Amino acid sequence: MDIAHFLDILWLARIPILKGLGFTISISLLAICFGTLLGIFVGLALTYGVRPLRWIVRGYTDFIRGTPVLVLVLASYYVLSTIGLDLSPFQAGVLALAVFCSSHVGEIVRGALQAIPKGQTEAAKAIGLTFPQTFAYVLGPQALRQVLPAWVNTAAEMVKASTLLSIIGVAELLLRTQEIISRSFLSLEFYFFAGFLYFIINYAIERFGRYVERKTAIPS
Amino acid sequence: MPNHLLEIRDLHKSYGEVEVLKGVDCTMAQGDVISIIGSSGSGKTTMLRCINMLEEFQGGSISIDGEEIGYETVGGQRRRKKEKEIARQRALTGMAFQQFNLFPHMSAARNVMLGLMKVKKLSKDEARSIAEKWLDRVGLRSRADHFPGQLSGGQQQRVAIARAIAMNPRLMLFDEVTSALDPELVNEVLQVIKSLAQDGMSMLLVTHEMRFAYEVSNRVIFMNQGRIGEEGNPREMFHKPKSERLSEFLKTSSFGER
Repeated sequence: MDIAHFLDILWLARIPILKGLGFTISISLLAICFGTLLGIFVGLALTYGVRPLRWIVRGYTDFIRGTPVLVLVLASYYVLSTIGLDLSPFQAGVLALAVFCSSHVGEIVRGALQAIPKGQTEAAKAIGLTFPQTFAYVLGPQALRQVLPAWVNTAAEMVKASTLLSIIGVAELLLRTQEIISRSFLSLEFYFFAGFLYFIINYAIERFGRYVERKTAIPS
Repeated sequence: MPNHLLEIRDLHKSYGEVEVLKGVDCTMAQGDVISIIGSSGSGKTTMLRCINMLEEFQGGSISIDGEEIGYETVGGQRRRKKEKEIARQRALTGMAFQQFNLFPHMSAARNVMLGLMKVKKLSKDEARSIAEKWLDRVGLRSRADHFPGQLSGGQQQRVAIARAIAMNPRLMLFDEVTSALDPELVNEVLQVIKSLAQDGMSMLLVTHEMRFAYEVSNRVIFMNQGRIGEEGNPREMFHKPKSERLSEFLKTSSFGER
């Protein structure tokens, strides 16, 4: 392996790599944000929803979680266009990942809320809090702490799943890397480098999660 | 019509097929301290929980200061009041639970302040000073900024009592508040309740501490199979029980042992 040669090519390819990295980060960020927001509603519906709503949402999460992300990505790009919903590859990709993310976050939120002892709700009721207040001050903050480790996991999964968007032609980091390899033939070096970049992103997410966990830890 | 603080009329409550309360009548005046005793499954905790609508009930009525709790009759139809209205009515009573149920993510002071700020809409400073006053009252001023996980069971229960009573309820409900405590921590909690009783706080206590019920209350209710089996002043109840059931119950209880 010729380090100098690799660094040369790397320098020449710096713009496409940075662009790819930018795409990867923005896709992941959008998918995680939308997916988390939607997932919170999914979790709330699963926990507190009236029966018909709960059934519908349960069906949604079970179906999505049982489907490979790749299938979701392909479906949101190719299937939606057949019903007249023409999304760009980027939009379709973010949609697929956000939907996938929401079903996982929904389950995590449901689990966290159900793990809170019933006495907490009763105590909140007993001092006269309404349900929205109980959720905002008593249940929500406790659920948040429960959710965090699993949520960090899901966020990292989203970053990894963003590589699947290369299939529908989103020029994210993996696709850019493959293009560079097809010209330079330095497959080992560049795959390794791309892997390293993914690792950095996920490591940052994990550190961030740890930081929030520490900040919100309950003294005991 | 005499003005009762609490008036329970023909209270019926079932869990599915199982009828837990089979028509309970009870009135209580301002300043009364009433202990409810009875074997487990007799419906005493359920009755207490109906008073602040932690349990729904199917028949009868409960009123506090003449205001009907939880249900209203509109056009001959009995229906549950609106959630917001029920939340307001729940604040008329304060409740202390067997398992304390403090909010683990808040300091002792914050636990007390939450209701003051969100229900009573007091400012943070006002809430803090009331919280400190009541924590002082239960002997925990110095623990105001400790979290529940840093407190002993007895201390947690005292914070929980402060949290309930800081809301200035018309009536305090105590649901077996010492049952989950180690024996050596029971007394500190009972002392707090006793001193509140001496201040004229109206209370309804479900308890297994017969000696305490005897000392602190001016009336005792013996619940038996979903009905009030016997009631009267503690002296008569404990020394001259009229019913077979009560004298049997007292024999197996801790009264007389100590």
